[in-house]
Amino acid sequence: MKSVVEFTLNGEGRAVLCEPRQTLLEILREEIRLTGTKEGCSNGNCGACNVLLDGVLVNSCLILAVEVQGRSIVTVEGLARPDGTLHPLQQAFLDHAALQCGVCTPGFLLSAKALLDEKPNPTETEVRYWLAGNLCRCTGYDKIVRAVLDVARSSAPSTPTR
Amino acid sequence: MQAFDYLPAVSVDEAVAALAAGGAGARALGGGTDLIAQIKEGRRSVARIVDLKRIPALAEIKFPPEGGAWIGAAVTCRTLNQHVEFKRRFPGMHDSTHLIGGVQIQGRATIGGNLCNASPAADGIPNLIAHRVRVHVAGPAGARVVPVEAFCVGPGRTVLATGELVVAFEFPASPVRFGAAYLRFTPRNEMDIAVAGAAAAVELDDAGQNFKSVRLALGAVGPTPLLVESAGPRLAGQPVNDASLELAGSLARAVAKPITDMRGTIEQRQHLAGVLTVRALRLALDRARGTRTVDALGRPL
Ligand SMILES: Cc1cc2nc3c(=O)[nH]c(=O)nc-3n(C[C@H](O)[C@H](O)[C@H](O)COP(=O)(O)OP(=O)(O)OC[C@H]3O[C@@H](n4cnc5c(N)ncnc54)[C@H](O)[C@@H]3O)c2cc1C
Ligand code: FES
Ligand code: FES
Repeated sequence: MKSVVEFTLNGEGRAVLCEPRQTLLEILREEIRLTGTKEGCSNGNCGACNVLLDGVLVNSCLILAVEVQGRSIVTVEGLARPDGTLHPLQQAFLDHAALQCGVCTPGFLLSAKALLDEKPNPTETEVRYWLAGNLCRCTGYDKIVRAVLDVARSSAPSTPTR
Repeated sequence: MQAFDYLPAVSVDEAVAALAAGGAGARALGGGTDLIAQIKEGRRSVARIVDLKRIPALAEIKFPPEGGAWIGAAVTCRTLNQHVEFKRRFPGMHDSTHLIGGVQIQGRATIGGNLCNASPAADGIPNLIAHRVRVHVAGPAGARVVPVEAFCVGPGRTVLATGELVVAFEFPASPVRFGAAYLRFTPRNEMDIAVAGAAAAVELDDAGQNFKSVRLALGAVGPTPLLVESAGPRLAGQPVNDASLELAGSLARAVAKPITDMRGTIEQRQHLAGVLTVRALRLALDRARGTRTVDALGRPL
């Protein structure tokens, strides 16, 4: 049976008619038509579908849309400023050529954002740990790690927080 | 995905009633990182999902005055990873909560789900066994308490009857000079399923020289996670030295009854059960002596 699910998406209120069996990923892409969030594996292994749920990094392919009633979701579309200025992580991914086909990129951006929100000046080990749930078949990961570390270094206070 | 009803319960009683009325087709939902994936892949068929995440009792983290901890079944790995007081009291548990999946899985994955999914390779269960955790269950016939080592009865099978759910985990007060640890072997550092796993919890005597008590448990080397029952009586009172550690490893190897599958062979898993047990025991000893105060990423605990 369908029900109306109300939640906040990138700061804006939404109400969407959902069936219990529809995942959050499906609703984002097919009902709301925000296709930045990608479907890779659909079983929790690749991280392409990552979003923030009340600030917590999650796989939207393993969440039922009905579970997010009253919650707040941030997708990759919520990262840039309304005037189009890219988020520093997005800019760094471009500067470091940290993407090729780009399918994994939204997921990596959300993981990196969740990390830097919690820990503005992480070690490389921590960056690699936080990105371990995201798969990329094109870049070899190193450029992605450099991009995240670059943002951390240029925005964090000079004393390491660890 | 197949169609099903979704009921977000707000109390234990409501969840029990919804699960009982749904019968065999009803499943409790924690983080869904096992359940949703299984439904999608057609490995499990459900008619009703009862979401437990909005039940306050299942989200509780409490430290009773007499010591120990009370952890709601729907508390996520991530919440425990970030909980300073829980990490300080039970640093050994962090070995598991920080290994399960990646950060995005940890944000949803609950301890209750890890136990109730009853995978022989679950990374949380051997650690719960080593910590002597008691599982508080609610159901149509009332409440009961199950020692965690008796909870899983086969791959994917538990003692829960229709309508029953896990409410919380009771961690007994840890004595002074107590330490615990869990280690697993996987080909990949993160995001992999254990080929074998071992948890150890120790209590040392006042001088820190002899074992006062030892509790060992294994994962992925049998149809359920296993308590190494002989380790307690055989090691209590023994001096901590290479001979007693080697004895612990051989007791673990003797209990391990692994199978050969795509992840490993019987021989490799039996060998790993011994090696991981000795290493987990060493780490638990360091913690009992207060000489190991950082987690796997080198961060202070
Ligand atoms: C990519 C990926 C990586 C993973 N890596 C690991 C890993 O490294 N180690 C590991 O151990 N696991 C791993 N898992 C498995 C899974 O994430 C864990 O087992 C997790 O702890 C399950 O918790 P959950 O809350 O998501 O459970 P759910 O999927 O919500 O539930 C699992 C089962 O338990 C039942 N259940 C849940 N809560 C209760 C309750 N309170 N009372 C009664 N029944 C209940 C459900 O009905 C279901 O049958 C991984 C999964 C994925 C997708
Ligand atoms: S699509 Fe969700 S993790 Fe791969
Ligand atoms: S850029 Fe192609 S998958 Fe990462």
